[in-house]
Amino acid sequence: MENILSVLIFFPLLAALLGIVVSKESIRVYGITVAAIEFLLTLWLWFAFDGSNGGFQFIEYMPLISDFGINYYLGIDGISLFIVVMAALMTLIGIIALGEVKKLKNMIISLLLLEVAMIGVFVSLDAIIFYLFWEFSLVPMLYIIGYWGGEKRLYAAIKFFLYTFAGSLIMLVGMLYVAYVYQSVAGVWSFALTDWYALVLPLSVQKWLFWAFFLGFAIKVPMFPFHTWLPYAHGQAPTIGSVILAAVLLKMGTYGFVRFSLPMFPDASVAYILPVAVIAIIMIIYTAMVAYAQEDMKQVVAYSSISHMGVIVLGTFAMNVEGIAGSVFLMLSHGIVSGALFLLVGVIYDRRHTKLMSEFGGLASVMPKYAVIFGIMLMASVGLPLTIGFVGEYLSLAGIFKVSPTMALLGGFSIILGAVYMLSLYKKSFFGPVTKEENKKLSDLNGRELTALVPLVAIVVWLGVYPKPVLGPIDTSVKALVKFMNEKAQTSEAKTVIHVSKSTKEAR
Amino acid sequence: MLQPISVSLASLNLTTLSPMLVVIGGALLILIIDLLKKDLDKSIYVTLSILVLFVDFGATLSLSLNERGFFDVMLVDGVAILSQLLILLASMLFIPLALTSKRFHEYSYPEFFALFLFMVGGFQFMVATDNLILIFVGLETASLALYTLIAMHNTRGSDEAAIKYFTLGAMAAGFFAMGAAAIYATTGAVELYDVAKVFQARMSEPGFSVPLIGGALLMLVAIGFKVSLIPFHLWTPDVYEGSSAPMAGYMSIVPKITMMVVAMRLLGLYVDMGVEAVRWMIIVLAVVTMTLSNIMAIVQEDVKRMLAYSSISHAGFVMAALALDTTKAYSSIFLYYGLFLFTNLGAFAMLWITRNKQARYHYRFHHPYQKFAGLIHLSPVGAVIMGIFMLSLTGVPPFSLFWGKLYIISATVDAGYIWLAIVMALNSAIAAYYYLKLIVWMFLKPANPGVEALEVNKSRPLVVIVGIAVTVTTLSIFFIQPLLNYITYMVSVSGY
Repeated sequence: MENILSVLIFFPLLAALLGIVVSKESIRVYGITVAAIEFLLTLWLWFAFDGSNGGFQFIEYMPLISDFGINYYLGIDGISLFIVVMAALMTLIGIIALGEVKKLKNMIISLLLLEVAMIGVFVSLDAIIFYLFWEFSLVPMLYIIGYWGGEKRLYAAIKFFLYTFAGSLIMLVGMLYVAYVYQSVAGVWSFALTDWYALVLPLSVQKWLFWAFFLGFAIKVPMFPFHTWLPYAHGQAPTIGSVILAAVLLKMGTYGFVRFSLPMFPDASVAYILPVAVIAIIMIIYTAMVAYAQEDMKQVVAYSSISHMGVIVLGTFAMNVEGIAGSVFLMLSHGIVSGALFLLVGVIYDRRHTKLMSEFGGLASVMPKYAVIFGIMLMASVGLPLTIGFVGEYLSLAGIFKVSPTMALLGGFSIILGAVYMLSLYKKSFFGPVTKEENKKLSDLNGRELTALVPLVAIVVWLGVYPKPVLGPIDTSVKALVKFMNEKAQTSEAKTVIHVSKSTKEAR
Repeated sequence: MLQPISVSLASLNLTTLSPMLVVIGGALLILIIDLLKKDLDKSIYVTLSILVLFVDFGATLSLSLNERGFFDVMLVDGVAILSQLLILLASMLFIPLALTSKRFHEYSYPEFFALFLFMVGGFQFMVATDNLILIFVGLETASLALYTLIAMHNTRGSDEAAIKYFTLGAMAAGFFAMGAAAIYATTGAVELYDVAKVFQARMSEPGFSVPLIGGALLMLVAIGFKVSLIPFHLWTPDVYEGSSAPMAGYMSIVPKITMMVVAMRLLGLYVDMGVEAVRWMIIVLAVVTMTLSNIMAIVQEDVKRMLAYSSISHAGFVMAALALDTTKAYSSIFLYYGLFLFTNLGAFAMLWITRNKQARYHYRFHHPYQKFAGLIHLSPVGAVIMGIFMLSLTGVPPFSLFWGKLYIISATVDAGYIWLAIVMALNSAIAAYYYLKLIVWMFLKPANPGVEALEVNKSRPLVVIVGIAVTVTTLSIFFIQPLLNYITYMVSVSGY
C-alpha cells in the first residue's frame, strides 16, 4: 500500500464526517473502532517501514498549486514514524478512557479531526501542507478545552489559540522567505522540504530565519518564557484534552526543530546552541521548582511536562547523533508517560472532582491497582533505569555532555528535581493514613480504565528494557540527518560541533 | 465657422461599452415593466436582475484584451475585465439575498433593483477607464445609487447611515475632483497614460512634481474614503450598522474592489515612477489601518460592526500590496478580494438569515454577540458554517482566505518588505481574537433562554447562497491554481 500516508490522514477525516450521522448511543463504540483501525494502520506502516533506510519513505506527491510551488507532498522517516504511531495510540487510549461527558458525539468528532491534523503534521514534507495541519490542529483543541474544560475554560482556550497562532504566523513569514530565496536561486517556487534542504543559505540569513522558526516552535513546545499558556490549558482542559496536548501537540514543536531548524539552518543552530541551551536549562530547573510548589496534582504533571520538554530541546541542540536520537525517543516516551499521568489524574478527578493533593492521602490502601500503575508511570517520568523514560533522558544528556559537561550537569537536574516533586506528590497522596472520610470508599480502577492504562504500562516496561526496535530506525534516520548537516555546514565552528560527535561515534 | 467633425462609427469601438449598455438597458427594462404592470412580486425583479447581470458577465468575458474605445476614453485591459467580472459575480450573488422569508421595505419597490443595476454600471465605468473625468462620473453614479439603496432600508439607522455616507462621500468626491484638477493643471491631461508621459518627460524639472504629488495625496483621501482606510473610515461602522446585511456585505466588497483598481491605476503610476513619498504614504496608511481597526474591532459588541472593522482591516492588508509594484502584488489583490468575496458574502448572509424585524437581544444592535449564544445547540449546521466563515477570515488553513493572506504576505516578502510582512502577520493574530469571540459565543456558551430558532429569515434562495459561499470557502485549495493562473495572466497583460 504505497499511499498509506494519505489513508492515515483521510480515514479519520472521513470517519469524523460520517460520525455526524452515527446515533448518540453507538458513538463511543464507533470512536473506539475508528481509532483502533487507525492505530492498526500505523502498525502496518511500521511493519512495512524499511528500518535500514535513513531517508524518506512512502513518498506521495501531487501538485496542488504548482505555480506557487505548493504540493501535496508526504513521506516519513525514522524520526516521524514513531511519533505517528504514538499519536494514533494515544488517541485510541484517550477515546477508550473517555468517561461520561456531555455531548460525547461532538467530543469524538473533534478528537478524530484532531487526529487528522496530528498525523498530517508529522507526515507532511511540504511546508505549507505542514503549516495547514499545524494551524488546523488548533481548532478542535480550542473546542475541546473551551467546551469540556473547567471554570476558566474560555480564557484558557483563547489564550492557547492566540499564543500559538501568533507564533506560527511569524514562522509563516519565515517560510515564505525561504521559498522566495529558493525561487531566486532555482527559478521555480517550491515549498518542498527536500528542496529546501538543498538550499545553502548565508549565515546572516540563517540567523534571522532561525529565530522566525524558533518562535513558532518554541511557543508550541512551550519554551520559557512562552510557556504561560500551557498550565492554563492543562489546568482547564478535560482529561482527554490534556492527554492529547501533552502527548502529541507539544511534540509538534520539538519535531519542528528536528525537521526544519536543524537541517535548514545548521550553522545558525550551532551558533545559537548557547542561548537555546540556556533557555532550555532555565525551563528545566525553573518549571521543576514550580511543579514542586503546586498543590494541584494536574498542575504538577503539567509543569513536569514542561520541564521534560526542556530536556528534549537540550538533546536536540546537542547536534549529535546521541542527542537528537535521544530527544526523538524522549518525545515518544514523554508522550506515553505524561499521557498516562494525565489519564491517572483524570481517574481520581472523576471520582472526587478535585485534584488537590491535600484532599488525598493513603490512596495506596484504598486503590492498590491505581497506586501501582501510578507508581510505575511516576518512575518512568523520573527516568528510572529499565523504564522508557530512562533511555531518552540518558541519551539526550549524553549528547549534550559532548557539547558541554556543565550543560549536561544542569540538565541532569531534571531527573533530580523530578524525583523530588514526583515522590512528594506520591507521598502526599498515596502513603500515610487515609485522612478524609470520602476517600475510604473510593473504588479502584474499573475495566475501562484498566484497558486504557495496562497497554501503556506494558509499553513503558517493554521499551525501557529493550528499546532497540524503536531506537534502531530512529538512529538510522538521525545519522543520515547529522551526516547531511555536517556536509551542509559552512562555518568551521558548525563543522566541529557536528563533526565531533560523528568521529567519536565511529571511533567506538 | 465650425468645421464639421466626422467620426466613423467603427473608430468609436462601441463594443467596449457593451457591458455597461447591457446593465443600463436592463435597469431601464425593469423600470418599464414596473410602469406597465404594477402588482409584480419582488422575485421577478430579483431573477431579472440576475439574468441581466449574467448577460453583462458574458459581454465582459467576450471583450478583447487591451483595446480602447470611445475617443480612447474606455480602456479594456486585463485588470478592467477581471475587476468587472468580480463586480458582476458579487452582484449576482448578493442580489438573491432579497428573497427572504420576511418582507422588507426596500424590496417592494422595483426601483431598488433598477438602482442596483445603475450602480453596477457606475462601478463598471470606474474600472474600465483611465480617464479621470470618467472615473469621477462613474464614482458619482455608483455612489448616488448606493446612498439611495441604503436609505431604502427605511429604519431609523438606515436614514442616519445614508445621510452620513452621503455627506462624507460628497466631501471625498470633492477631494477627488481637486486632486484631478491639480493633476490636470500640471500636466494638461486627464488620461492617466498622458499624465504618465508628461510626468516621465518633465520629472527632473525642479518643483514640477510637487503639485502632482499633492494631487495624488488629495485623491488618496478620496480613495481612502471609499476603501475605508483609517483615518477616513469613520463612516464605515455606522453605515454598516444602519444598512441591511446584504447591502453592508456588498459595500465591504464591490466598492472596495473598484476603488482598489482606481488606486492601482493612479497610485501605481506614481509608485512605478519611483515617487517614494506616495509609496510610503500607502504603506503608512496600510499599517495604521490594519492595526487600529483590529484594536477597535476587539471592543465592538455587535457582530455587524465587528465585521465592518474587520473589512477595514482587510482593506488595509490589501492596500499594503499596492505599495509593492510587482505583478505578484497586484495579482494578490484580486486573488484576495476574489476569496474575500465568498467568505464575507457567507458571513453577511448568515447575519441576514438571523435578522429579526425588531432588535430583540439589545436595545440598539440587531446582531449583538449575545444573540448567537449557544447557536450550536439551536442549529448545529448554522453554527458550523458561521464558524467556518470566521476561521476563514482569521486565516486558518485550509479555508479560502488563508491562501489570499499567504499570497499577499509572500508578495510583500518578495518585494523585500519583511518588516511589513511581520506586521501583517501579527495583525492577523490580533484579528484572530475578535473572530474567535463569535466562535466562543456560538460554540462554548449556553443558549439564550426561551429562544427556539434564530434563523427566522431563512428561505431556500438564502440557503443556496450560503451553500455556495461555504463550498467555495472550504474547497478553495482545489481551484486556487487555475484562479491564480488566470489572475496573473490578466494582470500581467495589462502591464502591471
